[in-house]
Amino acid sequence: MNRQDRTPLLIVASLVLLLGLGLLFPNWQFLGTLAIGKGLTVLGLLLLLRTGLVSFGQGLYYCLGAYAAGTLSQFTGVTDVLVLLLTAAAASGVAAVILGILLAAYRGIFFSMLSLALSMILYGLLVKTAALGSTDGFNLAVPTLLGLPLASYESRYPLFSLACVVAALAALAMHYYFRTPLGRLSPAIRDNEIRVEYLGASVRAAVHVKYTIAGVLAGIGGALTGLTVGHIDPEMAYWTTSGEFVFVAILSGTGSVAAPFLGSFIFELVRTFAYEYSPNSWQLALGTVMLLIIVFLPAGLWSLMQRRRA
Amino acid sequence: MTHLLEAKGLNKRFGAVTAAADISVAVAQDSVIGLIGTNGAGKTTFVNMVTGYLKPDTGRIFFQGRDITALHPRQVTRLGICRSFQIPQLYNSLSAYDNLIVALGIVLRNAKPGVFSRVPRLVPGHELPLHEAAEAMLERFGLGEFRDKLAGVLPEGIRKLLDIAMALAVKPRVLLLDEPTSGVSSEEKFEIMDRVMTAVRAEGATVLFVEHDMDIVSRYANRVLAFYDGRILADGAPEAVLADPEVREYVIGAHAQPKEVSHA
Repeated sequence: MNRQDRTPLLIVASLVLLLGLGLLFPNWQFLGTLAIGKGLTVLGLLLLLRTGLVSFGQGLYYCLGAYAAGTLSQFTGVTDVLVLLLTAAAASGVAAVILGILLAAYRGIFFSMLSLALSMILYGLLVKTAALGSTDGFNLAVPTLLGLPLASYESRYPLFSLACVVAALAALAMHYYFRTPLGRLSPAIRDNEIRVEYLGASVRAAVHVKYTIAGVLAGIGGALTGLTVGHIDPEMAYWTTSGEFVFVAILSGTGSVAAPFLGSFIFELVRTFAYEYSPNSWQLALGTVMLLIIVFLPAGLWSLMQRRRA
Repeated sequence: MTHLLEAKGLNKRFGAVTAAADISVAVAQDSVIGLIGTNGAGKTTFVNMVTGYLKPDTGRIFFQGRDITALHPRQVTRLGICRSFQIPQLYNSLSAYDNLIVALGIVLRNAKPGVFSRVPRLVPGHELPLHEAAEAMLERFGLGEFRDKLAGVLPEGIRKLLDIAMALAVKPRVLLLDEPTSGVSSEEKFEIMDRVMTAVRAEGATVLFVEHDMDIVSRYANRVLAFYDGRILADGAPEAVLADPEVREYVIGAHAQPKEVSHA
């Protein structure tokens, strides 16, 4: 608390930088927006990891958010991006509140497996739902803001900038959340639940709130991804998608609220190049990167930034 | 007159072991009560029942006239009964300062229930009261030089003090200390107890402490409960209880003699 808090400044500076870079490199706008969609989900996972919980089922909310926004756009013709994102946040939030009643009682491997199982239930349901395109999913209309389209064949910049702003707001909010009494319970719960209870706080209620926040973030991330790609399918809830989020969270490290976005971008970058140069063995390249990170940067990519500052 | 804390006819069995047999105790405001007894006599079970960690098989516990028997530890804490632990229960990955900040944050949150207390306060300086309270607590317990050290690597005596400081941060009316000086060298024991008792008096808390060192008990307690086999063997002023023949035989041990002898 003595040291000046530079994170808000860092976030705002990154936002300005990203908006500038997006203009300079229009070809990267698509990848950047995808990375932010994933980064938002991983930001929620970071909250859970700091609380000592590993969810292998964030794909559930990622997919639910995308489908909530998608069905609204598909069946009612609403294309306003803010309405779609709020709907995604609300749908995933409500689902997380309900499922959190069950999950908040579990820890460790039980929490992980139960979250995975729940996400696979959604996957199963969507695969069997012909009205929503079964395994094929369906296409989404281009989102608008105040009636103006956010993406076209020529430019995706408006959607990219919106994603950047959402990411910056989420990171800022999370940063301040970690400084509230409830936010501070995260490392406390990870370290010693008994003491938390003996100081007069409910561990279960705190975990429930954190799980819900993570769900909402994943919902917004999924909706952003769906709107960027213009297509959604049940794969978003498949366990490998959830596993990818955990992968990115470990790759990023939990050192900062900015880490998930950096990690997601690096992940997308590595995947894109690996896919380009070795289309049949790109997973091998990703796996190698992961291995190197775990061996040389056990605290994730963000530890590089911390080392330099120290 | 209602007592501050009152246990009536507590019984607790773990299989064949009787951990509490008809325990009845009334605690008056501002008393400092020493709980003595051999291992397994039922002292910690008593502490665990009062703080809601264990439910007695039969019997009731009242705090300020209110029945708290069925409450959870967090509810008991919110009412004003807090405890420290024989093995310090800290947040090992956090600094001593942050351990206190977490504790004080919970108190702040409980003090202002309602929607608005849950909304993050973005105003600069909103953390100042927490910060000042934490610094004051570190100062009072002489933990200043350990402020930024991780709790997990602190020496045992310091961990004990931090553990007690966190319990006291809740501003309890009743503070239960489970072996505050165990695992601490004999030279440090009085220093720790002096610090703790000074802080406790400043907060105006009533204290029950579990202790094996009779010198500590006779110096700090104004009442002693001697536990044996789940029962209270003797209850009264320290001199009377420590001189009780049964207590001397079953609790202190017949060989317990003046200090010079045990050091020889």
